[in-house]
Amino acid sequence: MPQRLFAALIPAMLGAGAAFLPLTPALAWEPSKPVEIIVPFSAGGASDQMARTIQGIVQKHRFTTQPVIVVNKPAAGGAEGMLDIQKSAGDAHKLITTSSGIFMTPMATKLPLSWTDYTPVAMIAQDSFLLWVNARSPYKTAADFLDAARKASLPLKIGGTSSKREDNLIVFAMEKRAGAKFAYIPYTSGGQASTQLSGNHVEANTNNPAEDLANWRGGATRPLCVFAEKPMTYSEPVTEGASWADIPTCASQGLNVSYQMLRGMFMPGRVTRDQQAFYVDMFKKVSETPEWKEYLARNALVPDYRDGEAFTAFLKADEAKHEQLMTEAGFMAK
Amino acid sequence: MDDFSSLLSGFQVALSWHNVGFMALGVILGIVVGVLPGLGGPNGVAILLPLTFGMEPVSAIILLSSIYWGALFGGAITSILFNIPGEAWSVATTFDGYPMAVQGRAAEALTAAFTASFIGALSGVVLITFVAPLVAEFALRFGPAEFFAVFLLTFCSFVGMGRDNRGKIIAALCIGFLLAAVGLDSISGDLRMTFGSMELMRGFDFLVVVIGLFGIGEILLTAEEGLVFKGKHAKIDLKVVLRTWATLPRYWVTLLRSAIVGMWMGVTPGGAIAASFMGYGLAKRFSRRGAQFGKGEMEGVLAPETAAHAAGTSALLPMLALGIPGSATAAVLLGGLLVWGLQPGPMLFVEQKDFVWGLIASMYLGNLAGLVIVLATVPLFAAVMRIPFSFVAPVILIVCAIGAYTISNSVFDIWIMLAFGLVGYVFKKLDYPLAPMVLALVLGDRAEDAFRQALLGSGGSLEVFWANGLVGGLVVIAFVLLLWGPVTEGIARLRRSTSAEPAE
Amino acid sequence: MPQPTETMDQPGGLSRRSVEVIVALCLIGLAGLVLYDSHGRGAGWDGGPQNGFFPARVGWIFLAASAYLLWKSVRRPPETFVTWWQLGQVARVLAPLVLFVALIAPLGLYVAAALFIIAFMLITGKARWWSVVLAAVLVPMACFWIFELQFRVPLPKGPLEAALGY
Repeated sequence: MPQRLFAALIPAMLGAGAAFLPLTPALAWEPSKPVEIIVPFSAGGASDQMARTIQGIVQKHRFTTQPVIVVNKPAAGGAEGMLDIQKSAGDAHKLITTSSGIFMTPMATKLPLSWTDYTPVAMIAQDSFLLWVNARSPYKTAADFLDAARKASLPLKIGGTSSKREDNLIVFAMEKRAGAKFAYIPYTSGGQASTQLSGNHVEANTNNPAEDLANWRGGATRPLCVFAEKPMTYSEPVTEGASWADIPTCASQGLNVSYQMLRGMFMPGRVTRDQQAFYVDMFKKVSETPEWKEYLARNALVPDYRDGEAFTAFLKADEAKHEQLMTEAGFMAK
Repeated sequence: MDDFSSLLSGFQVALSWHNVGFMALGVILGIVVGVLPGLGGPNGVAILLPLTFGMEPVSAIILLSSIYWGALFGGAITSILFNIPGEAWSVATTFDGYPMAVQGRAAEALTAAFTASFIGALSGVVLITFVAPLVAEFALRFGPAEFFAVFLLTFCSFVGMGRDNRGKIIAALCIGFLLAAVGLDSISGDLRMTFGSMELMRGFDFLVVVIGLFGIGEILLTAEEGLVFKGKHAKIDLKVVLRTWATLPRYWVTLLRSAIVGMWMGVTPGGAIAASFMGYGLAKRFSRRGAQFGKGEMEGVLAPETAAHAAGTSALLPMLALGIPGSATAAVLLGGLLVWGLQPGPMLFVEQKDFVWGLIASMYLGNLAGLVIVLATVPLFAAVMRIPFSFVAPVILIVCAIGAYTISNSVFDIWIMLAFGLVGYVFKKLDYPLAPMVLALVLGDRAEDAFRQALLGSGGSLEVFWANGLVGGLVVIAFVLLLWGPVTEGIARLRRSTSAEPAE
Repeated sequence: MPQPTETMDQPGGLSRRSVEVIVALCLIGLAGLVLYDSHGRGAGWDGGPQNGFFPARVGWIFLAASAYLLWKSVRRPPETFVTWWQLGQVARVLAPLVLFVALIAPLGLYVAAALFIIAFMLITGKARWWSVVLAAVLVPMACFWIFELQFRVPLPKGPLEAALGY
């Protein structure tokens, strides 16, 4: 009896607060065993941090009664994780965090993987890229850095994550726009690229905000500019006297390169509509929690929630864009 | 001293009744996941993580880090009893630990391993306590060239020692390097040696290969001799612990050397696996009883265990200070920190003082609790050796299969394990050394990556490997160690030939 | 357990020389495969090593080492690698093991494990039938409880588990 009373009461209470929530407990499907979030990158990276934050939020707010487990499958540039999802068609207890890698890994390796075989759930944010330098280096603006690069006898070293991926594309675009040569050094994670920069083993890196945040706050590295059309919006101070919003765009400093990366969630293919709807609803709820907003702000992610048609349309456009970029850079597998 | 008073208040926090209870719970759970291949620290942490949301961050991190200590202790158990390394860093423990068990000295070997782990971990914690900021600075001096030099040093300290059988050592090393190269090459972003196979794309996982080579291979060897376990008459009572402890002081040089090697490797971050091999290699080279290594020498258990755990513990330092996790479990702990809104990195020590010192205090206590608990289980585990082969063997084989499967949820990996079981059986009988192969497999691709990263930066010039004192010094030490064996051997031969019969 | 005495010159076994030769030939084959793959992808030095550079160098050393081993193995004095009796013992462990691994995919790990325990204990031990059955039931159930229920590690499952609703 009390249970039924609760079942009637809770939606009623929620419904009063938020009119867009359905009045009935409409979800026809719920996970019946633990939900695995597959992270196609190694532990500690930006994707991993995001998955673990979501894990925490889902469990704390009890968005599902089943536990959520984060599994890292980083082998073969994330293809291991994508392959796992491909093989798990019909399994509604698996999710995968995705980035632009979902297009780029198949393009660079010619592996028969395609996002169209998966079920898109939701896009939860876009991630920016910045040009970071060691805090003690003399460069004040991107222009200083490019000048130095043109004059250097040995190409300046720029660190990034993986080969033929986002960071490598940006460095390629920088070379093209600036007419300078760089030595791109691929590391296994953005964290490593950040540490190597703070140890002065590379002259710059192109990390996401989250990946260099700790070292920026610790006074080891500092951002020169952001590879975006507009500056970032977060104006709370991150370090003494600087916020994400204070960082100029690279275009304004004579380096006309802009690039952003989607961060989203997919499920395996051949799941039912109800199953997909459950997770869409779950991520919608996640994206509205204060913890998530705090996470976005801390990591300076661009809030950009999309699901359904809007997400699919974005994916199609983004894939076409990447195909062009990869072809120009010569990164497509022969 | 400011830090010292912080530590004392940390102890106060960690010593409250409920925190001690969490510690014991965590350690026991950690031992369970450490013993079973297929479960690791991350699994234990993952099931407990939801429980911790209602707790204070300090209690939560104490509970979770205790799993880490328990798993570190637990890894040695199966290495010694069944020649199956539960974790990658306990591979070197099998070299002498398993022969000791075969000789009926399982309890002694377990006690030695646990005590060595404790000593190693303790030295790591002392390092974190007193010189954290300094050491974190030092770790920053390691670029690709320096990483390569550290790996080179590990290889040279371990491999240069073969006297006869050079052809087979070289072949085994090559196999290891080539297995490591299969899969995606992270520098060029291309697939190598996969021959179009999707399964090979992942590469050969170290643990799958090792479970096959050591675990399955050993069971096949045992079967050959008549389907009984060797060494089943192990004496089992708690006095063994005291008797073993009484012999430990005579190995103080080995313990000290391994602790230093481990701390160095943990911080630099060469990692616990490399540290365990280097600790073993150096002990074998410099011990008076070096020739007896591999036949059940206690020093051969102490050396790798101390080094691995000193490294495993020191590796938490880069995580706390720089935000780079040194191992999968450390990474999950890192995730734990993030869930509570604590951002690891240079600012953690400044902004979350209480938390950091509570954690450090719990490292001391958690390890002590771990030692007491695992030592109490020594008779229990030694008794496993008394169960009949026809019952234990299938259970071990099933657990091995589960372990191989869970690494990447692939039945194909179980086949790989089986294949390497056969390889292990044949190679062991033909005197192909397995250890260099395993070392090359685990460090080969990392060494290659570091080498190529260094050359990308230097524009292809090899000068980068003696560009500064640090990297140059490491390379020189590596070559000295590599040549140490042949040179001392040559001197010995020269002496012999002057005194006795002519050489052949 | 009674064992036939093993002596090195005992007749009726696989000779060590032939095993050494077979292994060396396998290694040479592997080296060939590696060299084919690496040189196919480029094993040169293009402002730094190409991705086939290391495998190719290691491959050549490997080829040399295995050729040397082949040459040495042919010159070995005769010696027994494994007697037929020993090989039989190994086969008694290996055969059920191979069967077990082969059954994991169709039947799921737990059922395969139960069958494996029965086969293994019947072949190798002199265990009483009820202890065999008890082990075959309890071990998979214990595994299920630990991995599936406690640690939430999904293992391969087959028709039986599906019928039970997992």
